Amino acid sequence: MSLHRLAFRLRPTVTHVRSLHSSGYVQQQEAVAVEPEPESVSVFRTQEKDPACHSDKHVGQFYTLSSAHVRPLFPDSLPWRYQQQMKTFNETCIMVRQPALEVISYLKKADYSQPALRYVFYGLKGTGKTMSLCHTVHFCYTQGWLVLHVPDAHLWVKNCKELLPSSYKLSRFDQPLEATTWLRNFKITNEHFLPKIKLKERYVWTKRESTEAGSSLGELVDQGISRVKSSSDVVGAVMKELRLQSGQPGADFRLAVAVDGVNALWGRSTIKKEDKTAVDPEELTLVYNLRKLMKNDWSGGAIITTLSQTGSLYLPKSAYLPQDLLGERGFDSMDPFIPVSVPSYSEKEFESCYLYYMDRNWLQHPQSRTEEGKKELVFLCNMNPSMFERLCGYL
Amino acid sequence: MAANCARVVGSLLGKSGHFASSTRPVTPRFCRQICGTPALRRKNLGAAGPEKFTPEFIQKQVEEFEIGKRHLANMMGEDPENFTQEDIDRSIAYLFPSGLFEKRARPLMKHPVEIFPKQRAVQWGPDGRPFHFLFYTGKQYYYSLMHDLYGRVLKVEKHQDQLRAKGLFPTEPKQIALGTSRWLTKEELEARLVEPISSQDYEYFIQLMERLLAMPCCSLEQQFVMSHRQQLEAQSMHQVVPPLQKDDAGVDFSTAEGRRKTSRGSVVVRDCGAGRLTVNGQDYLHYFPVLQDREQLMFPLQFCGLLGRFDLDCSVSGGGRSSQAGALRLAISRALLSFLPQSEGEAMRQAGLLTPDPRVRERKKPGQEGARRKFTWKKR
Repeated sequence: MSLHRLAFRLRPTVTHVRSLHSSGYVQQQEAVAVEPEPESVSVFRTQEKDPACHSDKHVGQFYTLSSAHVRPLFPDSLPWRYQQQMKTFNETCIMVRQPALEVISYLKKADYSQPALRYVFYGLKGTGKTMSLCHTVHFCYTQGWLVLHVPDAHLWVKNCKELLPSSYKLSRFDQPLEATTWLRNFKITNEHFLPKIKLKERYVWTKRESTEAGSSLGELVDQGISRVKSSSDVVGAVMKELRLQSGQPGADFRLAVAVDGVNALWGRSTIKKEDKTAVDPEELTLVYNLRKLMKNDWSGGAIITTLSQTGSLYLPKSAYLPQDLLGERGFDSMDPFIPVSVPSYSEKEFESCYLYYMDRNWLQHPQSRTEEGKKELVFLCNMNPSMFERLCGYL
Repeated sequence: MAANCARVVGSLLGKSGHFASSTRPVTPRFCRQICGTPALRRKNLGAAGPEKFTPEFIQKQVEEFEIGKRHLANMMGEDPENFTQEDIDRSIAYLFPSGLFEKRARPLMKHPVEIFPKQRAVQWGPDGRPFHFLFYTGKQYYYSLMHDLYGRVLKVEKHQDQLRAKGLFPTEPKQIALGTSRWLTKEELEARLVEPISSQDYEYFIQLMERLLAMPCCSLEQQFVMSHRQQLEAQSMHQVVPPLQKDDAGVDFSTAEGRRKTSRGSVVVRDCGAGRLTVNGQDYLHYFPVLQDREQLMFPLQFCGLLGRFDLDCSVSGGGRSSQAGALRLAISRALLSFLPQSEGEAMRQAGLLTPDPRVRERKKPGQEGARRKFTWKKR
């Protein structure tokens, strides 16, 4: 009964779209022909849940991530506004967009015996770089890769509550809280990999505590979570182990390193030392180790990053190009990389998003359902995804 | 030479400021007239006793003015026959340069009709009895107008009664087509009656007029009613709409400028676009991150229902973000006028899109904390 009602509600919107975009119409009709279910009438959704199967045909359509994937893959690591939206809509839908598809197609074809390739999403503020990254990471996850996801690198160089001098090397600083949080998320994401991977080296934490070579990665991570003091070094050890083992003949996993806001690694930080001088990001254990991971001297995986101005420190508002955001030093160390530009919505993508919000009853205002109202929305947000989302928040 | 000139013109301008009777000798003195005039107007001329300026006096002033004008023309070496008022003003400004701030305090030479207040003819005969029967009310012309008006009301009533008796009374009243007109204001009525009236009097007049209008057969008195109303014109008739221009590709475009507070903006509106908008060569979304400013930009386009038709190229400088948005809004509205028919232009004016915002920052005053705010009061 409810299905019938849904279809009934969608029908007028569908005809609406067709009259508007005759170019999109042909593609949509194909989609309808392929999927015989009555539900597939919705032109803005695709039933294809596996990101590996997404192709140009699905551009502009929303696909649903099952909660079985979302829970372990993105424990608290999606952007805040998107989390809110997930909660409101009671589902996790991501739009299939060209940049993510491009990177996925590269990932499919790449030769993993060679050093890892670096992909960089860049684009203007609010164009969906992070969501493209999430889409790509989801692809890696469904392919059974080991995902090493840093939700926002900017958080590691600012607002640090506890800063301890490192026990391993005195000139460096540990951030135990950040490290523990990250380790916990890492553990949730890669639960089934942890027992399989064996350590190659012996790590000594204190006089009494140490982790022997040959014990599993899980033990190492547990050590980090339970002994907060050594957690930063554990992160370093985890990264080192993964770097050494991936691509080696014995390893049966692929490593995906996803870093959001990679420009933080070469920027400046607001963290202050005892003597009130700013800490260089290089002196932070976490950043130091992550930078090592960014070097492509390992193989059997991929490095997927985004550049973001949002949350960055001491950078002009208008900067969005890689050389502006990374700076000279960062650009040299990231070079060579594959830049992927993330543009604003195209006409078709906007239409699809508009219909999606309408379907979720997110656009309640009677004016917003009219043609004039849509034109106003287009003008006010200029097809910018995040601005559109904010704008619709109170309609 | 200069002294000589002053003497001549002074004698021309003569005693314009004095309440001089024609018998008084003409003093060759230059004098600034104007200050006397408003005071004279304020007085109740009808009941103020004998006249100040007799027609003979005015006549003489006019003759003197004509002669003085010819003298002035000769002094300036111009043709006395075609010497206009503009020429007089120019010559006076040249001969008597004045740095006085108040323009009305500067030397002038004008036709006596303009200088002496308009007044009535003599209102009493040689025996000292007034001509008008309402003279002793003090406001004879106002009361005669009311008298006349009430007479007309009675006349219309009588006419209606006659029709009713014959059974020809119209079932639907025939109204006067008032169109876009309004009643004369109090000031206009005063000027017409040459008599000051109180606001109460004015109210009575309007009430009686409304009563006349409400009568079914009021169309008898259409001419009378309309003579006491003022036609209103659409303001947008006066505004200048720049014509559309064509660029090399044959696309229509128009440019306009706008300002608000200290911002100045200019915009080029191109037809047949895709709704793109740039501000100082930047995307407007990043130039105006605040939603309200973008709404300001959108409003003229949305009001005309032309969203997505034009390409706009804006440049703006000075001021803050909201004043920049306001300046661009005005510029866009003005530029859009060229693309629209006149009726829509009037609608835009009524919506306030074409009206510049006159508000500016108020200056800080000494002895105060700000423009209005006083320092915190402390007992000691």
